[in-house]
Amino acid sequence: MFRRLAGAKARAEVVIDVDGERVVAREGDTLAAAMLVAGCVPFRASERSGAPRAPLCMIGACFECRVEVDGAGSRRACQVVVVPGMRVRRSRAARPGA
Amino acid sequence: MSERTAGETDVVVVGAGPAGMAAATRAASLGLRVRVVDEQQSPGGQVHRGVTRGDEGVGPRFGDEHLRGRELVRALHASTATVEPGATVFDVDPELGVAVLRDGIAHEIRARHLIVATGAIERAVPFPGWTLPGVMNAGAAQVLLETSACVPSGRVVLAGCGPLLLLVASQLADAGANVVAVVETTGAIDHARALPGLPRALATPATFARGLAWLRALRRHGVERIGGIRSLAAEGAGRVERVLVGVGDRAREIAVDTLLVHAGVVPNPQLARLMRLEHRWDERALAWRPRVDAFGRSSDPRVSVAGDGAGIGGARAAETDGAIAAIDAAHALGAIDARVRARLCAPLLRERRRHLAVRPWLDALYRPPGWLVDPPDAAIVCRCEDVTAGEIRSVARLGVRGPNQAKAYTRCGMGPCQGRVCGTVVTTILARAAGVAPAAVGYYRIRPPLVPVPLAALARMPGGGNRRDERTGGAM
Amino acid sequence: MGGKGTDAIVVGGGLLGAAIAWGLARHGRSVRLLDEGDDALRAARGNFGLVWVQGKGAGCPPYARWTLRSAAAWPAFARTLAEETGIDVELRQPGGLKFALDEREWRERAATLEALRFALDGDYPFEMLDAAAMRTRCPPVGPAVAGASYCPLDGHVNPLRLLRALVTGLIGRGGTVEPESRVTSIAVRGGVFEVGTVRGRCAAPVLVLAAGLGNRELARRVGLRAPVGPNRGQILVTERLAPFLDLPTEFVRQTGEGNVQIGDSMEDVGYDDRTTRDQMARIAERAVRVFPRLAGVDVVRAWGALRVMTPDGLPIYEASSERPGAFVATCHSGVTLAAAHAGELADWIAGGERPADTGAFVAARLRAPAPGGA
Ligand SMILES: Cc1cc2nc3c(=O)[nH]c(=O)nc-3n(C[C@H](O)[C@H](O)[C@H](O)COP(=O)(O)OP(=O)(O)OC[C@H]3O[C@@H](n4cnc5c(N)ncnc54)[C@H](O)[C@@H]3O)c2cc1C
Ligand SMILES: Cc1cc2nc3c(=O)[nH]c(=O)nc-3n(C[C@H](O)[C@H](O)[C@H](O)COP(=O)(O)OP(=O)(O)OC[C@H]3O[C@@H](n4cnc5c(N)ncnc54)[C@H](O)[C@@H]3O)c2cc1C
Repeated sequence: MFRRLAGAKARAEVVIDVDGERVVAREGDTLAAAMLVAGCVPFRASERSGAPRAPLCMIGACFECRVEVDGAGSRRACQVVVVPGMRVRRSRAARPGA
Repeated sequence: MSERTAGETDVVVVGAGPAGMAAATRAASLGLRVRVVDEQQSPGGQVHRGVTRGDEGVGPRFGDEHLRGRELVRALHASTATVEPGATVFDVDPELGVAVLRDGIAHEIRARHLIVATGAIERAVPFPGWTLPGVMNAGAAQVLLETSACVPSGRVVLAGCGPLLLLVASQLADAGANVVAVVETTGAIDHARALPGLPRALATPATFARGLAWLRALRRHGVERIGGIRSLAAEGAGRVERVLVGVGDRAREIAVDTLLVHAGVVPNPQLARLMRLEHRWDERALAWRPRVDAFGRSSDPRVSVAGDGAGIGGARAAETDGAIAAIDAAHALGAIDARVRARLCAPLLRERRRHLAVRPWLDALYRPPGWLVDPPDAAIVCRCEDVTAGEIRSVARLGVRGPNQAKAYTRCGMGPCQGRVCGTVVTTILARAAGVAPAAVGYYRIRPPLVPVPLAALARMPGGGNRRDERTGGAM
Repeated sequence: MGGKGTDAIVVGGGLLGAAIAWGLARHGRSVRLLDEGDDALRAARGNFGLVWVQGKGAGCPPYARWTLRSAAAWPAFARTLAEETGIDVELRQPGGLKFALDEREWRERAATLEALRFALDGDYPFEMLDAAAMRTRCPPVGPAVAGASYCPLDGHVNPLRLLRALVTGLIGRGGTVEPESRVTSIAVRGGVFEVGTVRGRCAAPVLVLAAGLGNRELARRVGLRAPVGPNRGQILVTERLAPFLDLPTEFVRQTGEGNVQIGDSMEDVGYDDRTTRDQMARIAERAVRVFPRLAGVDVVRAWGALRVMTPDGLPIYEASSERPGAFVATCHSGVTLAAAHAGELADWIAGGERPADTGAFVAARLRAPAPGGA
């Protein structure tokens, strides 16, 4: 979906786990940015229709980038900064009753 | 910056964009105890996002605006204001207890005065297919460019209207993205409508120079521009593959990998609505805005609204707004008298007028057309609950006159975004369906929590566990 | 507002008004339902959605019988609504649990329900479940709960769909729904009620006041009394979860959409329908105590809404003797009783017999000491 610019100053790599896949992000990336660059799309499925969804706004307003982060609820991936070893699960239609 | 524990403070500023930063710095300089809360990881807001994270050079930076942002952040950190990043305000009670969620834990700060500086959000413009992955707001691409130095891969089309559309198009093209077209709703009628505002707008030539530079950049990169479009739709299997635009009476199909849409920004309504501040419908801007006086004081005298959250004026106007609100707050709290307030505010009020001079022209020129703000039946309006414009219109036929009954019947606005995205659209659809003004239709009642809060965090909030003896009823 | 040939005017577009109006329309009456606007106080939009029998009418057997009849009428009522409107109101009646946090509460509950069964000549199904039996019925319950009572007649619905279905059904039968038509005056001329609203006037020989808290003011104008007052309830709703709770409990239920609804407070705070953090915290704390697995689950919405309460919690259904043709109806369990309101109560207003067991539900009782709670 997105690609990094060639000339940009490289930041340290941060390795995270998205649905069991190794994803290499850069320090300071929001989780949503890391997932978009790695092509982890869609982020979720509409709970009602099952249709695929991905981020719309990137400023925390639309809630389309909700994913499970380290076992915790549905987090807005655009508001979470990656840390090494972060485990991310993209949504199923709904999470099991905790 | 000094660390103070949460508790009582003179002023809580919500939002650390230009308005919030200027407000906090100024209020602190007037001797007030100030706490700034922002859900981003560092101050800056939408325009100066992450300017001090030490990652300059990550994304391309844009001239003097960026420098201005760094100055604001530096001044904020040099002040006595306490900055709380990564912290989202999810409730404010009538006693001005501000409830904050940070790292999954809730705490409360009691304010004597509140400055709401929560900025703007991009206007939602539902059209068929806008929920497909690969369709994003133009501002979203800008965020990604600035914070992670990345651009959409493949063919990019931008569609809609407004200066930010052109700005982002030129930024992406300059950065090397394959921007194939900019598709604008803006056409001859809009230029004619905007004409009367032109002389005043020309008083700020810098704005024009910037705009012309963006257009030159687009030409240089060979970006096709299509104006005056009459319809917009996206199609694709599982993600966007084509954009369909109506030009004159023809339909044009453009293959895309990413479609970026934008139709201006509107005040972020959540906090002001939660607090039940009075609002008015601004027909020029096609948006709600909280009712404020010249100092930004809202219908609740203990609450000010500053910056784009009070009405769209841009970053520089937001900054002056913030300073004015802070001075006024100092007056409200008894730190300065009315004379001092008048003296301190006078130059700022003049400056703000200058910054706002261009707005009438911009608003008229980039007014989104009716078909975009009152979308066709098939378009999903509430993305959280998959409610279409057609469903909203069908409950209008059941006697629904406003968004709250529409919400009860269709679930629109009930999802986690709490109507941030669909609110203005639902008001517009219902108003046009009934043939009345949006002001007569009203807006969603916004309730806490403004963002999802874990049940355990709510349970552990101050006042939570210690009043168990009171009756909690069984629902019947 | 034209109003030629209107048989009945129903004032109030909450669950009582909508149920009665639809019921009258099913009798072939032409009905106009007058309601207020979008931001009105409307308990029908803020309730918890239980069709609840357990414990209702302790100290007042007629209320228990009335509730039992409505719960029994619910399946057919829901089916008819679905047939007429295509709207599934998500009725489930798998029985419901009411928890007891300690031994003493459990024993008191057992005694109350025993007494109720005795008063109803044994015709009152319930079971007292000890901790082990309760966990068999409902595995997610945490260790802090001592036991529960279970009543197989309890259930729940989607109350918003219910309201929409009733209104859709009414319109489908030729009735009209008129929002932003707050009633401001009522006059009687030649046996016909002339009702003035903020938008105009209309007239009909039958007038049903089902205006919730508005009844307090309106009833007086036709020689009736409805001394109702507000009582606030706050409710929390979580994100959608996969099904984990297959029966409703008195204050936690999982909806057909997967969200978990958590109720609710009982507060005498006048006409203030806001939420407060101390109540939200208390409601959250209790939910986590009973269902520990909910601790990490996100609350996505909360609200406060005002119950329509009589001093003794019992309904008022009354025909005016001073102004024949005028009725008042109010209760605080408009979901549970919706089937009875659309059925037996509407039958009565349409000219039939007064429903059995409802004879005591007149305002006169409130002059005397209250005959027990709800
Ligand atoms: C996506 C986007 C991109 C934009 N790009 C540009 C641009 O390139 N150039 C330009 O001139 N203008 C741009 N604008 C317009 C710009 O937002 C304003 O002109 C300017 O930033 C307004 O400043 P402000 O201080 O009013 O609000 P903002 O800068 O928007 O700051 C508001 C802050 O409040 C915080 N906030 C909101 N709600 C809460 C809450 N409940 N709890 C805690 N914190 C909260 C937000 O995180 C944000 O940091 C953009 C707007 C958007 C939405
Ligand atoms: C928190 C809470 C939880 C609840 N839980 C349950 C439950 O689980 N099960 C259950 O059975 N019940 C429950 N209830 C009760 C149930 O919601 C009500 O009994 C039901 O809504 C019926 O109320 P009503 O129609 O009398 O009043 P309302 O729903 O309040 O409707 C009254 C209507 O009359 C209109 N009105 C008022 N004055 C005028 C006027 N002058 N002219 C025209 N229109 C007027 C109002 O606008 C409103 O639309 C709960 C209530 C609350 C508040």
